[in-house]
Amino acid sequence: MASSYLRFPGDLFADFDDLHRQLDRLLGSRTANSSIRAVQRGTFPAVNVGVTPEAVDIFAFAPGIDPGKLDVTIDKGLLTISGERIAAAPEAGAKVNVYARERSAGSFRRVVSLPEDADPDRVSADYRDGVLRIQVQKREASRPRRIEVKDAR
Amino acid sequence: MSTPQQPLARRDDNAVADTPAMIPLVDVTEDEAGITLVADLPGANRDTLSLNVDGDTLTIEAPLALGELSDLQPLYAEVRSGRYRRSFTLSRELDSSRIDATLRDGVLTLRLPKLEQARPRRIDVRTA
Repeated sequence: MASSYLRFPGDLFADFDDLHRQLDRLLGSRTANSSIRAVQRGTFPAVNVGVTPEAVDIFAFAPGIDPGKLDVTIDKGLLTISGERIAAAPEAGAKVNVYARERSAGSFRRVVSLPEDADPDRVSADYRDGVLRIQVQKREASRPRRIEVKDAR
Repeated sequence: MSTPQQPLARRDDNAVADTPAMIPLVDVTEDEAGITLVADLPGANRDTLSLNVDGDTLTIEAPLALGELSDLQPLYAEVRSGRYRRSFTLSRELDSSRIDATLRDGVLTLRLPKLEQARPRRIDVRTA
């Protein structure tokens, strides 16, 4: 009865996808990145980086973490995000069956190299709905600027 | 760093429907009173999360909302889809009318209680 709970359509393909990724890792090929399923098991948190003319935005998908326990540092152009996710342990003695344990727990650390024009002195970080958004402003000098042409006649 | 052509997170609703959904990672545990399902849905919020029970299929679906993203150019993206979707087949002893759901910091916790008659029961033996 219990195992039937986990048999859902698509499960088989998810398994294949996972297997494919593991094989790729084993064989040293990095083609797995082009997978349509972007969630890479074993990489926590997933990170997206985007740029605007004014800033560099880093999104770390780290659900279920106390924002106070997230550690964000910048050192020599490297942004480090570290923290710990505590697994909800079942109460001792309770009769609990575990069917799936896909969510990762424990400490994590990810490093992102920032573009050269990022200003480490002007950074903001906020955590909302499990996503940590870090915004690093670009240096004034590197922002696109419009140069006014003076009429010298 | 690669430069993916996809936007960081799609804002257009039609485009969201076209992208393959991400499968959220879950923990599933069962105790005597029911089943607890915990799913990681970073970027999902309460207003747009949809939980549907159709027959014996439970579907969790949520778009990824990252806030204001205008003129953001993606540089590197591990999360390339704009939504989450995963379905589960429920078994008959679960009471789908009393599912309790909470979403906090991108973690969805679903409590699926068992029907009263399906719970283990201890029968007291009285002394006559």
